[in-house]
Amino acid sequence: MMDTTGPLAHFLSFTALLRRAAFAVAPEQSIAWLAAIELLGPQEMGDIRRAARATLAPPPERLAEFDTLFDRHFLGTFGAMETGPSEDERLRAADDSSVGPEPIFGDDTHESGDKATAAERLAARRFAAGDDREALRHFARALPARAPRRRGYRWRGARGGSSSDVRRMFRDAMRNAGEFVRLRRRKRRSRQRRIVLVVDVSGSMKERTQAHLAFAHVLARGAERAEIFTIGTRLTRITRALRLRHREQALATASRLVGDWDGGTRIGEALGAFLAIPRFCALARGAALVVLSDGLEWGDPSAMGEAMARFSRIAWRSVWLTPLAGDTRFEPRTAGLVAARPFLDELGDGGSLDSICARVLNLARERPA
Amino acid sequence: MPVRRSIVGIGSPHELEEALRAAYYLADEGLSTAAYLALALGKPLLLEGAPGVGKTEAAKAIGGVLGRKLLRLQCYEGIDAAAALYEWNFPRQMLALRQENTDGDPVDIYHDEFLIERPMLACLRHPEETVLLIDEIDRSDHEFEAFLLEFLSDFQISIPERGAIRAHERPVVILTSNRTRELHEALRRRCVYHWIEYPSPEREMRIIMMRASGVGERAARAVVAAVGRLRREPLAKHPGIAEAVEWAQAATLLNEQGARWPEAFRRSLGVVLKDEDDFVYVAPKIETILAEAGA
Repeated sequence: MMDTTGPLAHFLSFTALLRRAAFAVAPEQSIAWLAAIELLGPQEMGDIRRAARATLAPPPERLAEFDTLFDRHFLGTFGAMETGPSEDERLRAADDSSVGPEPIFGDDTHESGDKATAAERLAARRFAAGDDREALRHFARALPARAPRRRGYRWRGARGGSSSDVRRMFRDAMRNAGEFVRLRRRKRRSRQRRIVLVVDVSGSMKERTQAHLAFAHVLARGAERAEIFTIGTRLTRITRALRLRHREQALATASRLVGDWDGGTRIGEALGAFLAIPRFCALARGAALVVLSDGLEWGDPSAMGEAMARFSRIAWRSVWLTPLAGDTRFEPRTAGLVAARPFLDELGDGGSLDSICARVLNLARERPA
Repeated sequence: MPVRRSIVGIGSPHELEEALRAAYYLADEGLSTAAYLALALGKPLLLEGAPGVGKTEAAKAIGGVLGRKLLRLQCYEGIDAAAALYEWNFPRQMLALRQENTDGDPVDIYHDEFLIERPMLACLRHPEETVLLIDEIDRSDHEFEAFLLEFLSDFQISIPERGAIRAHERPVVILTSNRTRELHEALRRRCVYHWIEYPSPEREMRIIMMRASGVGERAARAVVAAVGRLRREPLAKHPGIAEAVEWAQAATLLNEQGARWPEAFRRSLGVVLKDEDDFVYVAPKIETILAEAGA
């Protein structure tokens, strides 16, 4: 049995403290740390600290925070503490795959009560004008061929492929009494890159929310891999709702999930929540991230910059489309966008559905800077 | 968790630091502790840092200290198992089968002689003689990272025709990443981690003096100060340690041929800045930078 009192408990409570501060510490890392301490002797506090850094692997940008926690725990000093996301913030995200049953397919869905009324009000609000509809139709047609693709891990036989498919040739040869009749070639299978679309539904984007969601619906339906989130004061995943076939029904289902319509904007925090949830974070890995937002931030603008810095390392490409950038001479003014700008691959025009569609279709075109 | 307290006579981080110095690599305390722990706990060592801080050099030096052969697997976008693990030597298999047809002796075409070992398999088969360096893992695809995860947790791979191959002792594996993208949390978790910073001025100076022959102390000090200053500028590519060493060497060479000191540094600037935009950006400031550095 392990002794859970005394010095050991003191070490283990440090890992617990780290987890509370949103550092990812796995049990195998705690074990490695304890083994490392034993191994080093330890002669001085520095040994324990270095062992902790090596085995618990704090990310370099949070090293100072890690050291502060370490000092506070082991040396009893109280430095200025930057706390990680609080319980409250972590709850500031909703996932449609965990809220109740599967949305019902079919025509005879009856919504009742005030929920439905709110949904209808949203669904009925200023719906896509004629030329928007044309833009979306064109987008849906063009998307399968023009969505960004990445090279897959598996091979498939293909004429004119990049390498010879020797395995297949051998199998053929078996059938032909050991004679090689044809040269077979193979190439890497390609897969569509996931597109992660983040739609700002806050008050300042009110005029455009509906058109953006209509676009999101076409994207969710048309792409092999796409994930749709809304941000306002919180983060909501609406991918599953938008997979419904009929637009009105899909938008109504989605709008019931989103609890922060036309409210304030805490983009930094909402994006932070996205990154803090491993399940969501994994969706952004290697994906094309498209944010539809004006970047008007109520919260701390530096949080937005930090979140985009992390996204830039996780995602394949990050694009921010703002309706304010209709002018070619546009320079970001809002503090949030200024902070996020260096980490974006592109800050582009999101003023009309036409330009948004064109931008998403061209994701595959150019290489990142 | 099996622990090896002492590896080839190295029983503490300090001893490893000494051994690395003998192999012409100056490690700081953090790096030598992390490397020692990785060796002792039998875990892979993950080194991250900006390009040019000496990640690959560290791996080479550790290989040298252990007296083992370094197997280097350079990652790239699209790397797959055939490049990392093994491949069958199909032409040889074919010839053997033809031979079998004429001679009548049965051959096992899945024998070792038909197997082309790639670095990861070679490391599994001879863990006591090799150090596996998986370089710039951030360049590979996510699938390869996932595949690596399996390899790094069990040190076992399976070849369908041959069954599972397992290392009989935990091999020494070093991974490096430039952090152009974030590695998967699960991969970081399995490793002992160290973030290599640019060295402190004093340590960088010792590196230059050790690595570059014939460089005077004054030149080395000036290079360290100037390079440190350049690293604070918003450049596309910051000068690494290798660049600093080369700059000191190049400037010394020019100086020996008769160029005066600040001039020798300025003329050899191409060794440090290898990007036209950076060059243009720094050009107007270089006088002040060199003057401040005491060149």
